[in-house]
Amino acid sequence: MTTATEPTPTLATSSGGGGRTTRAVRLRARRPSPGRVAGRSLLYAVLVVTAVVYIFPFLVQVATSFKTNADATAHPLSLVPTTWTTAAYHDLFQSSDFPTWFKNSVIVTLFVTAGRVFFDSLAGYALARLPFKGRSVVFAGLLAVMSVPAVVLLIPKFLVLNQLALYDSYAGMILPLLVDAAGVVIMKGFFESIPASVEEQARIDGAGTFRVFWSVVLPMARPALVTIIILSFQGSWNELSHFIVSAQDPALTTLTKGVASLTAGQLGQGNQYPLKLAAALVMTIPVAAVFFVFQRRIMNTSEGAVKE
Amino acid sequence: MTTTAPALRPRRRGGIHRGEAASGWLFTAPMLVLLGLFLVVPVLMALWVSVSDWNGNGSPFASGVSFVGTDNYRAILAGGGLAEQDFGTALRNNAWYVVLVVPLQTALSLYLAVLVNRRMLRGRGFFRTAFYFPSVTSSVAITVLWLFLFSASGAVNQVLSWFGVHGPNWFSDPSGIIHDALEPLGVEQGPAALTQHGFLGVSWWDWVGGPSVAMTAFILMAIFTTSGTFMLVFLAALQNLSSEVTEAAMVDGANGWQRFWRITLPQLRPTLFTVLTLGLIGGWQIFDQIYTGTQGGPAKTTLSPAYLSYQTAFTNQQWGQGAAIAFVLFVIIVAFTLLQRWVLRERGVPRRKRFGPVAPGPATPGATPVTPATAPEVTR
Repeated sequence: MTTATEPTPTLATSSGGGGRTTRAVRLRARRPSPGRVAGRSLLYAVLVVTAVVYIFPFLVQVATSFKTNADATAHPLSLVPTTWTTAAYHDLFQSSDFPTWFKNSVIVTLFVTAGRVFFDSLAGYALARLPFKGRSVVFAGLLAVMSVPAVVLLIPKFLVLNQLALYDSYAGMILPLLVDAAGVVIMKGFFESIPASVEEQARIDGAGTFRVFWSVVLPMARPALVTIIILSFQGSWNELSHFIVSAQDPALTTLTKGVASLTAGQLGQGNQYPLKLAAALVMTIPVAAVFFVFQRRIMNTSEGAVKE
Repeated sequence: MTTTAPALRPRRRGGIHRGEAASGWLFTAPMLVLLGLFLVVPVLMALWVSVSDWNGNGSPFASGVSFVGTDNYRAILAGGGLAEQDFGTALRNNAWYVVLVVPLQTALSLYLAVLVNRRMLRGRGFFRTAFYFPSVTSSVAITVLWLFLFSASGAVNQVLSWFGVHGPNWFSDPSGIIHDALEPLGVEQGPAALTQHGFLGVSWWDWVGGPSVAMTAFILMAIFTTSGTFMLVFLAALQNLSSEVTEAAMVDGANGWQRFWRITLPQLRPTLFTVLTLGLIGGWQIFDQIYTGTQGGPAKTTLSPAYLSYQTAFTNQQWGQGAAIAFVLFVIIVAFTLLQRWVLRERGVPRRKRFGPVAPGPATPGATPVTPATAPEVTR
């Protein structure tokens, strides 16, 4: 996984404008021509306008969550509440099941993330390094399983959870998410990219297979593990459909399911936009935090993933 | 499984590789059990349910449940009743969604990637973050925000009013946008040829009516949330391109526009196909936003096959029909994936041959094999 390599400066200077670029022109281009300045300004104008379109909805969301119901309806665009109020948050935490939803999301996300880190890397290591009969069949099966679209599995998952008496339990919410085929493939790819010499040394020293995996290989796999953590965290925190079909007990409702039920108008009268937007905002904070902490990694990860 | 597998390589069983075969199975066991139990077995169970008359009570394998053959499939594909009409409507809605979302999000993400790929760009990191951020939020949270922004007196309509446009009541407007566009031209009723005949219980006039205004809001949302993800995919591909070809073109006097269309885009072909495939697969799976936002309304114009399958089984207790819808949807998605592979194989080779001498680097072929690995994370 390489970071973005900075290009040669000669290339960079001549990137903007058109026209014939011989060596002489390229040297002269150090002082920008009026056309180039105009082009550059246009580029920044386009970028800034687009960025505003992308960011503004979230700013409106933050502002609206501090408005009163009437204010939110009357001034949907304003970024400053006419009267500041934390009533939405108060209602959310004091008189709704929001804390329960949050707790459930935390529980599920922690278990799923931990499970995926362990099981994905375990299976990925076996598929990359341990020669066993049927390995290629297992891998082919894995790729086949990955191509099954998630929404097709809604009814099937409910059927099997019901049959196993796991419906309406944390186990039913967590177990089916504990391994993801994509994560196994990512880990396999990573293990194949690192040299085997270190492990062989450890094996000669007499360490067992699991010990080699646990104490030698896994610590080296930190970059790939971070990828798995980010994907699992984001995936299980934002998961909705699986929780719809695996539980109906209100005590087991997660944030996604709970907030989705808010839009059906379960709480009080009126459109309640500040409350709904506050709920959506609070549920976004953890994934946003993970995103900003690992921002550099996320941008690099995809590069590495595609390059492999 | 064990016996039929082709032997990998003759390996010494002793020495430092002792016990690795057993460990191999042991290490993959949790994955095999979990994926088998919650993916393979469920699909087989659902396959049975789709050809049975199970009504949700007790086990689908109980003695009271009987085999009904293709009845459930016939009901949704040729029943002539409400089930067929609903399925046709859902397919129509989703087809329009895919037709609009896939090209637009691909074009926008490529455009954004090219913009932020400039080496001399100030605030490059800021812009990348801004464009990517919507992708990390959950579809539920973004749908809640969208319902607010696109409400009758909401932010979007307020912005439209600055330009003298009276915005529609987005999520309550079931009229098709193509029908709406024809109305000022005096076309209020379709020609009899279109209104009298139809497919899957939906008249041709309704098939060509375009997505409803409500669905259009979801289309905009999809473009807004996924363009960032695909921008990263394009960005990665752009950074893998060798600069030599571009430099050579600049020496030859090609301007930026020509360089993009003649040099950059052909080299991005594999990535472009990846993004289009992921878009197609993801586009046929809309569920979360429908469940959160509209539950299929207004007038069933935001119904999607995925949501219809859920609703038929869980709300109406017609499990066989719900499962049948899911499998037809599965076939549609697989068909599109295979179609994409076929297109890639047909045209990919001559293209690459043409650019072979110039760009033999790992960038072009290297981007393709990972498609399955990146697929689920991007489609979410």
